[in-house]
Amino acid sequence: MKNIFKRRRERITLFNVRSKRENNYSAKEIPDDLFRICKRCKSTVQTEVFKSNLYVCPECGSHVRIGSRERIRQIVDEGTFKETDADVTTTDVDFEGYSEKLDKYKNDTGLNEAVICGIGKINGEETAIAVMDSYFMMGSMGSVVGDKITRLIEMADENALPLVIFCASGGARMQEGIVSLIQMAKTSAALKRFGDHGNLYISVLTNPTTGGVSASFAMLGDIIIAEPRALIGFAGRRVIEKTINEELPKEFQRAEFVKEKGFVDMIVERKKLKKTLSDLIRLHGVK
Amino acid sequence: MDISVNRSKLTAWERVGIARQTDRPKSQDFIKELFNDFHEFAGDRLFGDDKAIIGGIGSFHGIPVTIIAESKGKSLEENLKKNFGMVSPEGYRKALRLARQAEKFNRPIITFVDTAGAYPGKGAEERGQASAIAECLYTFSDLKVPVIAVVISEGGSGGALALSVADRIVMFENAIYSILSPEGFASILWKDATRAKEASEVMKLTSFDLYEKEITDKIIAEPEGGIQKGMEDAVRELDEYLIKELKTLKAMKTEVLLEDRYNKYRRIGKFV
Repeated sequence: MKNIFKRRRERITLFNVRSKRENNYSAKEIPDDLFRICKRCKSTVQTEVFKSNLYVCPECGSHVRIGSRERIRQIVDEGTFKETDADVTTTDVDFEGYSEKLDKYKNDTGLNEAVICGIGKINGEETAIAVMDSYFMMGSMGSVVGDKITRLIEMADENALPLVIFCASGGARMQEGIVSLIQMAKTSAALKRFGDHGNLYISVLTNPTTGGVSASFAMLGDIIIAEPRALIGFAGRRVIEKTINEELPKEFQRAEFVKEKGFVDMIVERKKLKKTLSDLIRLHGVK
Repeated sequence: MDISVNRSKLTAWERVGIARQTDRPKSQDFIKELFNDFHEFAGDRLFGDDKAIIGGIGSFHGIPVTIIAESKGKSLEENLKKNFGMVSPEGYRKALRLARQAEKFNRPIITFVDTAGAYPGKGAEERGQASAIAECLYTFSDLKVPVIAVVISEGGSGGALALSVADRIVMFENAIYSILSPEGFASILWKDATRAKEASEVMKLTSFDLYEKEITDKIIAEPEGGIQKGMEDAVRELDEYLIKELKTLKAMKTEVLLEDRYNKYRRIGKFV
């Protein structure tokens, strides 16, 4: 018995040495994350394959969260995106530690805030586009996010442009308190004017769209699209479970569930999203 | 804008306590005090009738008005019926129905806000809590009749905001208004709901804080210990304010009224 283990150990050691040697040849060229493991189905996928598949697992179809820049790359025709209000910041940062937290996220993500706004073409259709970024403070909506989106809506209204907002947010930003809450009313009021002038607004709900963002512009689209399995809801799962004192079904608040309940028009896979958007915009005959 | 009361020495947490006391006058008490011939209207015409919202019409100094109120109870039995003032989608849709009806008949709207938040329940999610609140914000922002919101006690999160898109927002001195309950706030930011007291002190949720931020237009003074110790003076002050402002708002051209309402929310936030 002892012998068997000994031999096995030797083999393992040999294997490790060999694999290290192989790695040495091209250590510099191979990034650490050559492969990634899908969190959902646990399959190992080459990072390049994963990227070219728009960050969707080719095995199980799991739509992994993407940042705002990647979203723009996927949706907007190359070289046509012009960002608006890129440098807006708030001076209302009294809450302890908030200013430092903002700086940290700015440094880590290279973003100015949890939303990028601008005008770009989607298969040739000129569109006002806002893309929220869940990597920036969970995509939370403070005054800057609310104001940038409102400015975009007003600009789209003046120029009769169709509007697409990609939602990705945990909700209103706690650190700015009541001012964050008011952004829900501000954005909704701007959408009312925009809509009354006959303009098209398509809301795209991506993972996650919850809290104050879901209870304002996310749910106000003329057409509401969701990405597969995106979490969509008002209250958080744990809060609900604590309130009703029972465990919720696994699929609760997933895009498919929300569509079944009648609050989403369609669930569109990432690879079909760009064409779906440009088709819908074209069908509304707006430029 | 005038501020008729001075900031007293109560802490924010003490005001949270006063605002939440069950014997504090509720929406139904104010409706009784302020309006004649009140008739309650039930239901959202879609699913049910949410008792956490009282809606109806009545006469205010001879002016027909629509009243939409978030309503807590004073006893456990009453609170079970009213779900402790936590509104469900049906409640917001009842509010929407009555708001549109008010617009049709050119009736001003007075809302009363008193909720810890929209109900975070399973059915509420399934029936579109987020959508119902969003529809309220959307519709109230452009209603072609004057709207005045009165925050009596607790104004919590989107559930309170849904009924506070208005031309004027009035707050009682000890009322609080916040993005989330202090418990929820502490739980999200510090992962510890027991730090609610500490949270309340930094959340800037008192009527004075909201007046400073120019979100509230008027503070109604309360006696020591709150309106639960006697509401006569406060009701008189509220009554005078409401009639004065209602007359002002009614005299305004609709375009001006709506432009002002839009800007009331549009200008919130400080930027460089």
